Order: sequence, then structure tokens, then C-alpha cells
Amino acid sequence: MPPPEAVEEVRVEQQIYARVLDRAAKAGFVILVAGFFAYALGWIPAHVPLERLPELWRLPLQDYLRATDTPTGWGWIVHLPKGEFASLAGIEILAGCSLVCLLAIIPVYARRGDRVYVAICVAEIAVLLLAASGVLTGIH
Amino acid sequence: MRVAPARSRHAPINLLPTRTIRLASLAHSLPDPQAPATAAAPAPALARRLSLAIAVLALAVCATPVLGATPAAADAVAWWVWPLALFGVCFLLGIVAVPAGVGGGVLFVPIVGGFFPFHLDFVRGAGLLVALASALAAGPSLLKSGLADLRLALPLALLASASSIAGAMMGLAMSASTVQIALGITILGIVALMASARKSELPDVAAPDRLSAALRIHGVFHDAARGGAVDWRVHRTPAGLVLFTGIGMLAGMFGMGAGWANVPVLNLLMGAPLKVSAGTSSFILSLVDSAAAWVYLNEGAMLAVIAVPSVVGMMIGARIGARLLTVMKASVVRKLVLTLLLFSGARALLKGLAIWN
Repeated sequence: MPPPEAVEEVRVEQQIYARVLDRAAKAGFVILVAGFFAYALGWIPAHVPLERLPELWRLPLQDYLRATDTPTGWGWIVHLPKGEFASLAGIEILAGCSLVCLLAIIPVYARRGDRVYVAICVAEIAVLLLAASGVLTGIH
Repeated sequence: MRVAPARSRHAPINLLPTRTIRLASLAHSLPDPQAPATAAAPAPALARRLSLAIAVLALAVCATPVLGATPAAADAVAWWVWPLALFGVCFLLGIVAVPAGVGGGVLFVPIVGGFFPFHLDFVRGAGLLVALASALAAGPSLLKSGLADLRLALPLALLASASSIAGAMMGLAMSASTVQIALGITILGIVALMASARKSELPDVAAPDRLSAALRIHGVFHDAARGGAVDWRVHRTPAGLVLFTGIGMLAGMFGMGAGWANVPVLNLLMGAPLKVSAGTSSFILSLVDSAAAWVYLNEGAMLAVIAVPSVVGMMIGARIGARLLTVMKASVVRKLVLTLLLFSGARALLKGLAIWN
């Protein structure tokens, strides 16, 4: 069983992770909801007219992308002023929360000399970055 | 192992403290262990409200195919009706998911995929976001309380998130009917697992395995119900890593949270206490679903008009569900949710086989 001080050390990194996650997730939720309301209420223009959606959202993904000329990967960035992509920004922040949290706890493990967990965090970041990068897009 | 008195093994699933539940809401909500007497005697008014919620949910689920029975019928409905209906159904799903002790994602994908006019590709993308948002909302509270443990979670999440990417890519490459069939079989398997799996509140771990000892996977959590600290450690870590690789693949493929699989592996196989298993499972989902969500995002399979009302509805519903926890018989709600899952699993399977379109 671990000595009490070891448990206390574990709690330090958990507290840091929790603090960063709390802030990042709240920011993501706010942007997500705000972007969506602006989109749904027509305050910002949409890439695909909302009225057309019922005939489009039943299509398979590739057909939808072709019919709407929707970009894949990070191509949405140039369309950020459009409603559906403004909403996506919130989703991207939520999906990226864990990256920031992992980066925040690596120094704690490094100071403790816990190389294995530094390596695990770096590997997890690499996995998330691989998924986020879009290099896998279109490879099925 | 230092534990409080009244230790019981193979107990029914026990639940996180109420404050934790409100934040943990969807992923692993557990009734208040300190209020068994209240739970055993549900307040009639709240019980009636929940029964009403379940009845409305059943009606809503049954009504959606009428609205979208044919493409023409669905197209004739104004666009805003569907996100509104989605919000309502997800709100009700959130209410029943918490007392049933299941994540919202596992209910969302088969029900919305089976009864709404959206293509399954977009439903899975939204399902991932529902599960991810729930896990992110629960994460800070679970980490601070020690019910989610980073040392336990990170090695498992690493393999699961890598495999979830592969699962997401495979899922998006398969035809809708193939995914529907596989989803139906998986949901029916989940029903069997949930109906039969036992829970062990504090499993006996005689000695940690070499890998968990090397990784120093152990911890202490304060169990308010027992009035003391509980030391825990795990064993069979290599087998756990293998199973989490498979679980990650399923999560990515079907866009579901995988708490239904995470908890039994952590608790029954690896020997983590039930509460730590539930909390750590939720935290693992935040990493696994992030990886898979990026794939769906980059492929263009995340439609805001489907995903956002679902997330908001589910999270508001889960808050109400958490409040109902202490006054409802969780076993009754659980049976109703199992019935709902059985129905939607059968629907997915029959839809995939073109028997019930």
C-alpha cells in the first residue's frame, strides 16, 4: 500500500487536471450553446439553409458532403462565420479539453521522475493529435 | 486493505454521493448510499413524475416514426420540429438514464438511430458528443473526490483511445445496414450483460499483478457511506488492457459511451472498488470519446443541429434524474430502461436486416 505522502502526490496531479478540465469544458459548453443559438435563430448565416436540412440529414455522409459542399478536416475554419461551423467550434473545444489537461500534468510527473507516466501522457497526446490532425480523414 | 466496517461483497450497484451525481450525471450516476431508506420508500409525487416521464418517452419514441414514416412525410415537417423533438426525447432519456445507472450515449444511438430520420453516421457523431460532454462535465468532480483515478485510467485510456480511432474509421466505412445489424447485436448483448452482471462493491485483491505494481496503480478514496477511507489496488491489468482495446473500438464504431463495459472490466476483472470503477470509467470516456469525436468531426459527420440539442437536452434531463435518484426505486427504472434498450436493439437489428424500416 502506498504511504500517505504518495497518495497526496497523486491528488496534486488530479487536482490540476480537474481544475484545467473544469475551465476548458465550461468554455466549450458556453461556445457550443451560444454558437448553436446564433445559428438556429438565424442571427448568423448558414452554409446550408436550415430549411433544406430535412432532405439532407437522411443521406449517407459522403452524399451529404457532396450535396452541401461541406469541407472535411480543418477546412471548416474558413467557414467559421457561418452558423453550423460556429457551433462546431464549441465541439472542437470540448474534444480538445483533454489535450490541455494532459499537457498540464506532464510537469508534475516529470518533477517526480515518473518517466512511465510522462511517456503515457505524451503517447495519449500523440493519439489525440493524430485524431485531431485530420490526416486520417478519408482513409477507410 | 483499510476499509470501513460493514463491508459487503457482491452487493448491488452502489452509488456516488448526491453532489457527485449532479456533476457526474450521465456517465455513471449512482444513488446516494446514505439514503437507502428514502430510496426504498419513493415519494409518490416524484415517483409519479418519473413514471410520467417514462410514459412520455415511450410515446415520443413511438411517435417519431409516424412523423418520419417516409422521406416525404419527414421532409414535410418543418426543420425545427426535429431538433425540438430530439431535445425532448434526450431530456427524457437523461431523466431515466441516471436512475438506471447507464450513460446517455448507450440509449441515444439506438433510440435516435432507430426512430429519427437522421442517417446513422450523424447519429453516431452526436452520440459521441453526448457521451463526451457528460464525461467532461463529471470529470472535475470525480477527479477531486478521488473516485476517478488518473494512474488507473491513463494506461487503459491510451489503448482504448487509439482503438476508438480505428473503430470510428471502420464504422464510417461500413454501410448503414451493416452498422445497424452490428449495433442491434451489441445493444442486445449489453442488455444481457446489464441484466446478468453482478457488482462487487469492494473486490478482494490479494496481491497486485506485476504490471499494476510497476505502474503503482493503487489509491485511497473516502467512502462517506462507510465513514472511512478505503485503500484499493488492482490485478489482472494485462487482461484489462486487452479488453479496453476492444471496448474503445466499439465506442468509436457505434458512437456510444462504453460505461456498460468499462465498469464490469474495472470492477469484476481488475478488482477496483465499484465506486472507483464507475468514476474512473467516466473519466476514461472523456479521453476515448475525444479521440473518436475528432474522427467524426474531421469526416464531417457531426451536425450541430443534431448534436447540440441532444447534449443540452440530455444534460438538463440528467440533472432532474439525479434529483429523482433518492426517491425512486432504481431497480424499477433499470428494468424499464432494459426494456427500452431491448426494444431499440431489436429495432436496430430488424432495420439493418430490412425487416422493419
